[in-house]
Amino acid sequence: MSRYDWLLFLHVASAFALVASLVLYTVLIAALWNRDVPSEAVRLFRVQRVGDVLVAIGSIGVLVFGIWLAIDVDGYEVWDGWIIAALVLWIVMGALGSRTGKLYNAARDRALALSRDGSDAPSPELRSLLQDRRALWLHVAGIVTVVLLLIDMIFKPGA
Amino acid sequence: MLAAIRPDSWNYALFLHVLGAAVLVGALVTAGSMQVLGWARDKGGGAMFARLSFRTLLIVAIPAWFVMRIGAEWIRSKEFPSGADEPSWIGIGYVTAEPGGLLLLISVVLAGIGARRLAKGRGADWLTRSATVLTLVVLAAYLVALWAMTAKPD
Repeated sequence: MSRYDWLLFLHVASAFALVASLVLYTVLIAALWNRDVPSEAVRLFRVQRVGDVLVAIGSIGVLVFGIWLAIDVDGYEVWDGWIIAALVLWIVMGALGSRTGKLYNAARDRALALSRDGSDAPSPELRSLLQDRRALWLHVAGIVTVVLLLIDMIFKPGA
Repeated sequence: MLAAIRPDSWNYALFLHVLGAAVLVGALVTAGSMQVLGWARDKGGGAMFARLSFRTLLIVAIPAWFVMRIGAEWIRSKEFPSGADEPSWIGIGYVTAEPGGLLLLISVVLAGIGARRLAKGRGADWLTRSATVLTLVVLAAYLVALWAMTAKPD
């Protein structure tokens, strides 16, 4: 296998890790939507750790191996329009992911605090945190951004 | 190396194939993680994770498998029209995709029966654990396919 083959494999594998994290977070958000019992929410949030690892590996991997490919491959330059568009989308994705994470981490921390206090009664406050529309829409915007990144990578407009 | 630019007409098929494959891998990772967490000893958590992993496989993984396969056939028909010699990486794709789909289906059935039995408070360890192993085997097979599709070994 040539260096190009390895770089392409690692770049695409990173993109798959990124999409996998979004699928996992989406399932988690759906599973948490109607929960208000702190111990159940805490149990479900244990899956989040897998998503956190995937999103870290995926987002760093696509950037590093993507830039490496752009430098390594004749015919592509880092300043090509579709690559600049990808970099902008990557920044947008990171910003959206960071804000979404803060909102859901606050819900997770509240569930943990309620559970540690020994209060396992249904909590309307926890439910409202888990049903935060702003967090949901930020997550949806993150998904749209990643789909746009995928479209940009495959169609390479202007290349 | 000169970057390979595909004809524009191939891109729709490739997009469908890659999107389906990525969501499929994501669903397998999600279901597999929940199944492994469900092996924890507390019964409430086990039943909850078994139900969620079953639903993830059924509602996300199965449709994504079909999207991936439809996209795969579409792009194959464009890149290798009938009669053209197909390289070995296409063969790796078939060897992993179709048996993987069958194993996925068996995993869904086992996970579904296991989740149902756990919800009724009956033992289902061998069902849910078998579903977990199958899910992880399918995931491993599709990671090999991902390598074959990108590295394109001769």
